[in-house]
Amino acid sequence: MEALATFARDTLGNPGLATLLSSPSFAFIQVLNSVSQGMNLFIIASGLSLIFGVLRVINFAHGAFYMFGAYILYSVAESYELGFWTGVVAAAAGLAVMAIVIERGLFRFIYDKEHLMQLLLTFAVVLIMTDLAKMIWGTDQYSVSYPDGFGGALNLGITFYPTYRLLLIAVGPIILVGLMLFTARTRWGRLTRAATQDREMLGALGVNVPVIYTGVFILGSALAGIGGALAAPFNSPTPGMDAIIIVDCFVIVIVGGLGSIVGSFVGALIYGFVFNFGSVIVPNWQDVFPFLILLAVLLWRPWGLFGRPEGEGA
Amino acid sequence: MEASRIFPRPVAIACAVVLLALLAVPLLDSRYLIDLFTEIMIYALFALSLNVLIGFSGNVSFGHAAYFAIGGYTCAILLTTYEWPFAPAFAAAVVASALAAAFVAWFCVRLTDIYFAMLTLAFAMVVWGVAFKWRSVTGGDDGFVGVAVPAMLDSRVPFYYFTFVVTGLSAALLWLICHSAFGRCLVAVRENRIRAGFVGINTRLMRWWAFVVAGTFAGIAGAIFGMFHRGMYIESAFWTESATVLIMTLLGGIYSFFGPAIGAATLFVLERLTNEYTEYWPMVLGLILVAILLFLPDGLAGLARKLASLRARGD
Repeated sequence: MEALATFARDTLGNPGLATLLSSPSFAFIQVLNSVSQGMNLFIIASGLSLIFGVLRVINFAHGAFYMFGAYILYSVAESYELGFWTGVVAAAAGLAVMAIVIERGLFRFIYDKEHLMQLLLTFAVVLIMTDLAKMIWGTDQYSVSYPDGFGGALNLGITFYPTYRLLLIAVGPIILVGLMLFTARTRWGRLTRAATQDREMLGALGVNVPVIYTGVFILGSALAGIGGALAAPFNSPTPGMDAIIIVDCFVIVIVGGLGSIVGSFVGALIYGFVFNFGSVIVPNWQDVFPFLILLAVLLWRPWGLFGRPEGEGA
Repeated sequence: MEASRIFPRPVAIACAVVLLALLAVPLLDSRYLIDLFTEIMIYALFALSLNVLIGFSGNVSFGHAAYFAIGGYTCAILLTTYEWPFAPAFAAAVVASALAAAFVAWFCVRLTDIYFAMLTLAFAMVVWGVAFKWRSVTGGDDGFVGVAVPAMLDSRVPFYYFTFVVTGLSAALLWLICHSAFGRCLVAVRENRIRAGFVGINTRLMRWWAFVVAGTFAGIAGAIFGMFHRGMYIESAFWTESATVLIMTLLGGIYSFFGPAIGAATLFVLERLTNEYTEYWPMVLGLILVAILLFLPDGLAGLARKLASLRARGD
């Protein structure tokens, strides 16, 4: 390892790579950073993927939902001082209510329209919601403190690591398992899967399909809200955060396969690793790498790592 | 097909009126109006170029701003950093956006629908990332400012006429392309890709050409834009810019050649007017968009056609 590190430093002239190879604790921290960022993104992206799986709509407004989650957490936890966890619940509940309004009031009119129309309608929701956020919260950048008991760092033996980020690392798999159990084991989950397969048949069998659509949209949007709330302590709520996160989520769900929850999980991990290790090895260009991964996946397997090809090809 | 069918008289009259009106704008001697119409013509060309891809070949690009930005940055950088004369700099900008579009299209035409849109978005975000991070060349997020505009274009009225001539010629060229046999092939591909393939059209090649044409003309619009603002900024390559030009195109109507230009003008004027009363232009735009999508799916051009046919029935 030491020889490799010297090689990286002297021959390749890459100090980032050299540090990575020579310092196990530095490398370990990068791994944890990658996983915790990935897990936060997974929470948001899983909602996007879930919604696409059933409603067949790519929801550009998902980033705005995330932003609202972060803002709601700020208001509840910081302005009204009701506590961090109340804020997370409020973010999920707030987004659920907004989801009902948006799905019942707008989206249900466009399920049978072209993709272009759907994309643009969700984009219209982005425009309206970002301005709403500006009206309510202004353009300031807010700081949110860590929840009680999660402000410090934990000694992991080879290094200290922020407790809050470890919490995120734990929350991701819990949500993954929860969603998988939900879709595999519950009646609602089975109906949801049936709706992704054949919505007409499901309706003919007497199932109230529109209610399933609304339910899935609520669940997916609440996940975006929770993701935004949990991101707030290290990603200060600010205008414009939605435009960045939505393209990250697109990368993740397309890499993982649209509609696949496991795919989003793997996609989010890939994103985290590519972004964090990219920023160490080729500093400043980390923003571009996820898109290169996306390009590679789209060209090799357009339906994503865990997705299934749809009907006919080009 | 006879000329009156593809270029009906009301459209011809409207075109003539618009051209004459645009020619006369500088006579009003208002800086505000000259600037406004210069920018409208730039965006009209941008939207017309996108419509070759969307309206004629049926491929929704979510990254069209990339070619606009490539044209704009190339022209600005060659003029300023490398002190090229105007003509080669402008030509190089057009070639650069054409080549970039040709490269990206080679990958994109392998995909369709949502995956096509996502791939165009991914490429555009890479272009944005490069403009953002390649600070020494592009100026990064401070923008590339102080473009050395050639002396003969360095005042308002000559620049206006320059924009008028270039966008006018470009639009005419686009019209010819869209109404040639090639344009008809594109429509066939849009309507039914599989059948178009059966009758012997190389659908991938046709879609590739549509992409290249769209990218090239977006580059022309971008090059003028950079000189007009004497600067290029990374926002021009961000996905929201691609969405804006998409909205312009849709507002005007994708199944009509001139629709997108009308959409661009309408949206641009609306934005200016709204900004005088409220800072919440995006919200107004969002509401307009919802209204179009739910009530006017064929855009303003479709509305005009509908009104015309209603009137014809009334006669």
